[in-house]
Amino acid sequence: MSTESNFKRFVEVGRVVLLKSGPFSGKIAVIAEIIDHNRAIIDGPTTGVPRQSYPYKHLTLTPLKLSALPRAAGTKKVRKEVEKEAIVDKWDKSSWAQKRLAVQKRRALSDFGRFSVMLAKKQRRDLVRKAVAKA
Amino acid sequence: MARSKELVPGIGRLSRSQVAAKRGLYKGLKKSENPATEASAAHVEKSVGGDKNNGKRLVPTVKAPRYYPAEDVRQPKKSRKSPKPASIRSSITPGTILILLAGRYRGKRVVFLKQLESGLLLVTGPFKINGVPLRRVNQAYVIATSTKVDLSEVKVEEKINDAYFTKVVVKGSHSAEEEFFEEGKPKAKEPLPATRTAEQKEVDKALISAIKKTENLAKYLKASWGLSKGQFAHQLVF
Repeated sequence: MSTESNFKRFVEVGRVVLLKSGPFSGKIAVIAEIIDHNRAIIDGPTTGVPRQSYPYKHLTLTPLKLSALPRAAGTKKVRKEVEKEAIVDKWDKSSWAQKRLAVQKRRALSDFGRFSVMLAKKQRRDLVRKAVAKA
Repeated sequence: MARSKELVPGIGRLSRSQVAAKRGLYKGLKKSENPATEASAAHVEKSVGGDKNNGKRLVPTVKAPRYYPAEDVRQPKKSRKSPKPASIRSSITPGTILILLAGRYRGKRVVFLKQLESGLLLVTGPFKINGVPLRRVNQAYVIATSTKVDLSEVKVEEKINDAYFTKVVVKGSHSAEEEFFEEGKPKAKEPLPATRTAEQKEVDKALISAIKKTENLAKYLKASWGLSKGQFAHQLVF
């Protein structure tokens, strides 16, 4: 008896992952080979992540996947596939990446920057409120 | 300490003075010459009365002390240390907007003007914008933001120094009776001298025109700062 799984993303060769910790945290990479149930070899030649083993604990699976990456492909092959499928472009356009970028920008804001954002939000609120009242 | 090889850890072969002599730093010392003062004579001749006193006597100009201490008291070594002027954080430069953290005006954003000789920071609201007058604050009670105001047009007069902020004590005649009846009454408020307000206005005038060049900056200074839920000062960027 086999029922359809509810899971959509799997740890598999070709899966694009987001690194959550370490010096490359925040960058994306591709799983090139699975070592065991704790670690995989990841590679991100176009995103500045060197080939290395990485624990799943510090990875997040993204919905992106390389469709035709063979097992244990070398850096050259990974680069070729990533460029062919425009993975980095797709990632940058995803709402996930853009949200991350926005959060980053907000965090880096100075005190005056935060104050200006507050003013802008107030203005927007006011416009919306007036428009709603009219309608 | 290379000249004085260690006998045992902590104790050198040579004494302190021996090391000093070996180092020979005195050779390079520049000595200022004191203006020559005329040595006053050790004795003064005075005429004395009395037949058997020979008419004259040499009297020492400086009287020898009558008592000597029975025991030699060691002179304490004079300290040659002098306090250095306090250095301020590199993030605080003239024109930096600071957030005050303590005192009457805590939570206010103010403009840093200059460092005073005592090491305290001279800040102003400006008074017209947020009600903070010219004031001295310790840099420990301040957050420096990265926002700066251009102070090139603003002149802070030399007379605004530490002495400017000390209160002048007026000594008036106070009778005991007056004092007795004054007890418990609220103290009469002393009006601020007109010169103070004039000087405040003078400093603020150029500063306000500089602040107005940046949009929303005046509003920013007028608003006070605080932490809301989930905000932690050490995680924020200022």
